[in-house]
Formats: sequence, structure tokens, C-alpha cells
Amino acid sequence: MRESDEQAAFRLMVRSFVEREVNPYVEAWEAAEMMPLHEIFTKMAGLGMLGLEYEPEFGGQGADHTFTVILAEEFGRCANGSLPMALGVQVDMATPSLARFGTPEQKAQFLKPAMEGSMVASIAVSEPDAGSDVAAIRTKAVRDGDEWVINGSKMWITNSVQGDWLCLLARTSDEGGYSGMSQIIVPTSAPGFSVSKKLDKLGMRASDTALLSFDDCRVPVANTIGQIGKGFQQQMAQFVVERMWAAYTTVGACEVALEKTAAFLRERHVFGEPLLAKQHVQFTLAELAAEVDLLRTYNWAIAEAYNRGEDTTRQATIAKLKAGRLSREVADRCLQFHGGMGYVEETWTARFFRDNRLTSIGGGADEVMLQVLAKMDGYVA
Amino acid sequence: MKVVVCVKQIPDPADPGEIDPSTKTLKRDVKLILDESDSYGVEMALQLVDGDGEVVLVSMAPNNEVLAMGADSAILVSDEALAGSDALGTAKVLAAAIKRAEPDLVLAATESSDGYTGTVPEQVAELLGMPSVTFAKEVAVADGTVAVKRQTEAGYDDVTCPLPCLVSVTAGVVEPRYPSFKGIMAAKSKPVDEVGIADLGIDAGAVGWAGGGQEIVAIEPAPAREAGEIVEDEGDAYERIVSFLEELKVI
Repeated sequence: MRESDEQAAFRLMVRSFVEREVNPYVEAWEAAEMMPLHEIFTKMAGLGMLGLEYEPEFGGQGADHTFTVILAEEFGRCANGSLPMALGVQVDMATPSLARFGTPEQKAQFLKPAMEGSMVASIAVSEPDAGSDVAAIRTKAVRDGDEWVINGSKMWITNSVQGDWLCLLARTSDEGGYSGMSQIIVPTSAPGFSVSKKLDKLGMRASDTALLSFDDCRVPVANTIGQIGKGFQQQMAQFVVERMWAAYTTVGACEVALEKTAAFLRERHVFGEPLLAKQHVQFTLAELAAEVDLLRTYNWAIAEAYNRGEDTTRQATIAKLKAGRLSREVADRCLQFHGGMGYVEETWTARFFRDNRLTSIGGGADEVMLQVLAKMDGYVA
Repeated sequence: MKVVVCVKQIPDPADPGEIDPSTKTLKRDVKLILDESDSYGVEMALQLVDGDGEVVLVSMAPNNEVLAMGADSAILVSDEALAGSDALGTAKVLAAAIKRAEPDLVLAATESSDGYTGTVPEQVAELLGMPSVTFAKEVAVADGTVAVKRQTEAGYDDVTCPLPCLVSVTAGVVEPRYPSFKGIMAAKSKPVDEVGIADLGIDAGAVGWAGGGQEIVAIEPAPAREAGEIVEDEGDAYERIVSFLEELKVI
């Protein structure tokens, strides 16, 4: 996986963008518990960082998937987890179905502005009683002429307080189970839509994550993405790239955490020598760095398979599971090696610890990943 | 308008290189990046041209980053005989390369961030028979003349100068743009005129180690930083700090 000149140049550009245009503002965003996503995304769009794989006609760049890997790895190096998550939602979780199944009119109205940064998108699947178990969702859209009338609620919806539209998964028939769901674009200006509550979370504190209500919320049936009734299947495909994004960003996040920890331990003297002179510390960091490297290599293999048009569900699930567990391990070890300094807010480790805890829960919990894998690999009775 | 901008590739300052004891110069077989001090001249050139004209980069190492930022083409001088060139040798090569482009304006940094001689731009101007203006913080071109706000210790001088001329640009005076995705993808297909010193009519004996008019006789490590003086504030600390700064002649 030797990078081409273009890939290396793109990585360098994204890295300096993160260092100069993002990281200096992270503290303020964390304090405000909000990030100015329209502003950030517009800046990024100007440099061609959004919609890397989408059609240029609708604000995309026409690149292959490896550039998405680079974008995610480098945004994983952000000083918080909230921005890479918000970006992932915008480019790889709320928009892939629209880009793949949407009509030119829908793409012009919703995808293009999102890829230009003037619209912020959210993905609305989870509900208070149905998270990882997507088949249990109850939010319902009933057809009334040319409109859907939507009732229900959605939970854990990233970017949704400042969002302009949602890619909503709702039941559009009474078939139950995996059938009869549709993906519908809901502008947040639609009558009957409201943000019930911005959630007070353990981590990802700069991310505006909310509980949303749909009370006879009306949107045109023309906002349905792809086929009516095929929403679950379309969403499952969208979940695959979501898992891949999580695995890609984890590599960047862990890499920078290990770099910072090593730098700290080189300077931190205990019993007359740097802490990094202790074999236990060296071995721990070396082993974690090796695991990060394995994940990175695995991720790139997934990216190449994805570029070839192969189904990457299994590999994406494995990578997401590993990313969740590895980032927890890295966060815990880095914090531990900082001692008391690791436990205070002024050190990066505190935020890193709580932000990365989400990887094992969001986008399908570790246990759901295992359930998928057990089924795919035949470990069931 | 055609603007030539001179750029240099240097070892990444974030990953400090080593001095080669045999040549007493910086090892250059490491990863090289665009000298940040050159990026300001590049940005200024792109702003001055603003789509109406041409920006040509002149360099002695390949540089796709500047092409990705928006420069239109490059003249790349590549020759084994260039190894070890001192400031004047470098200036001779750059001047000959710049001549090929027949520019209206030449921009350069005031000094590189590895060699720091700070003499190359003026030597280039002299060799080209062009006037030169140093330490520009603002540059405007109109009616065959360049108007420069030239930084001084006290403020700035307004200087005008007929074109063609060479202007050295102070670091930090403009915000260099990031190369965009499209720019990065387009960089490789931009024309690069790759030349050796023979193409430039330069004799191998006039550049590189052979042509060096100066010799580095010794190198030694920088002295370790000495302990500073700690001023305990007993009400008069500010006076002691002020007199210390006065001694250093910084205030």
C-alpha cells in the first residue's frame, strides 16, 4: 500500500488542515458543546474534501475510495472525536444511499449543497427502543396523496440540532421485521419536525446529538430514496461504509495518541530516568502500535476490495469491532501512563478516553458486530 | 503577466536532518518538503496573477505541491553536478533557468529555512541585470511597475520599481492556500521543463563542489542552553526585566 504522489499530497493537505484549521478551535467547540459545521464543511468543500467518491455534477470529486481512507485517518488525528464523527455522518453515513439510489433532482436539492457545505446532514435510524436492532424501529410514514405523514421519534442523531436534513429510516407498511421500511429525506424545516432534546453525553461533547420528534411531520413522497419498501436493505449497505469510516478514523486517533504518549514519557522522569526507559512501557506501546498497524493494513485491504466493487460487509464488521476494542485499550493505556496528569481535563487523555469509548457502541455495538460475524461465519446453532 | 517564483525543497524541520561530517552540509537523502518560507511567494504570485497570466515555478528539486497550489508550469533544474552548490552557484543556476521563462516579475523568499544565507535572491537579480526589492510585505503590479511595501524595523517603505524585477517576500505576510483535491490531481499533468546545466549553458566547474567559492571549514554542535536567571518578584521584578531586555537591545 505504497501511497501514490497524489495520495501523499492529499494526506499532507488534510493533515495541515486539521492542524491549522481544526485543532486550534477544538477547545472552544468542546466548551460550547457545538461545532460550526456549516463553516467547517464549507471550508473543506472548497478544498475538495467532501464527497470524494460522489459524482462531480453533485458536488463530488470523482475519486476512488482510498482517498476516503486518507481523509478519515487524518481526521482521526483531530483533537476531539466529535469532528471526525460529524464529518463521517456527512460524507459516509447520511449520504451514500442518496448518492447511489437518489434521483438527479434529489441529489441537486440535497446532496450537492451537503457536499458544498451549505447543508448539514444527519442519519436518523436509531430510536429510543431500537438501536442496534434496526428491525425493531417503529417510526412510521403513512402516505397521504403526494406526502408522507411521519410519526415517531429518533434517538442519538448526530449533527441533528444544526442539521438541514435527515436521511430517515421509517416503516412505510405494516409488514414488520426487515420489510416495509423506506429511506426518506426529511428537511429539518418540515412541519411537524422538532428537536426534543440535545443529549448530555459522556463524550463526543462538541457533537450535537439529539432526540428528535416527528409529529404528523409532512414531507413529499418524492423525497423517498430509491425504492419504497427497500429502506432496510439500502440502509444496511449504508451501514457498511459507516463501519469502515469508524475503523479508518480509529487508526489516526490511536496513532496520534501513541505518539503523544511516547513524547510525554520521554520527558517524564521517574526514579531518575524517563518513563519511556521502562521495558513495560516500551513493550506496551510497541504492541499497541503494532495492533494499530494491523488495523491500518486491514483497512486498506477493505478499501481495495471496496474499490473492486466487492461486498465488504464481513471485513467492515471485523474492522469496526477491532477498532472499538483497540481504541478503548489505547485510550486506557495512554491515560494510565500519564498517571494523575492523565485524569485531568487539561491533558488530552481525558477527552480521548471518553470520546473513543463510543466506537464500541455507536454504529452497531461490539455485540452486534459479533452477532453479524457469528452468523456470517456459521458459528450458530 | 508572467511571474516566476523560486522554491526550494528542504528536509522537514519537524524531523531534523543530520549534518554529513564528510561534506559538512545537511544530509538531503531524507524526505524533502517545500520550504515554508517559499510558500508565501507562491501565494503572492498566485494572487498577483489571479487567473490572468502565468505562474512558473523554478526549482532545483521536483515540487508537485506548488503545482497543486495552482502554479501553471515548472522549470526543474536537475543535474548531479549541482550537489554542494553554494549560494552563488545556486544563484547562477536559478538565474539561467529564470531567463528561459522570460518573466515580468520574479518572486523569492528572503531566505531559505535550511541554509539561511539570505543572499540568493539578490545574487539572482544581479546576474539577471534586474533591479531587486527585498522584504516585501505587499506587492502590486500596474503599468509596467511594481509597487512594494518594504518592511523595515520601523514600519515599511513604499518602493516602486520598473518591471522586470525581482522581489523577495517576507515570511508570514500572506496566508498560503492549501492545495485542493483538484489541484493535487492536476499537478502531475502540468508541464515541467526538466533541464540540466548544459541546457542552461552553465559549465559544470562553475557550480556544485567544483565551483564553490566558499568552504565550510568546521562544524560543531550548538552549545547546550545555559540555565536562565530566575527573577523573584520583590516588587522590582519588572525593572530588572526591563533592564535585562535593554541590555539585549530588544527594547
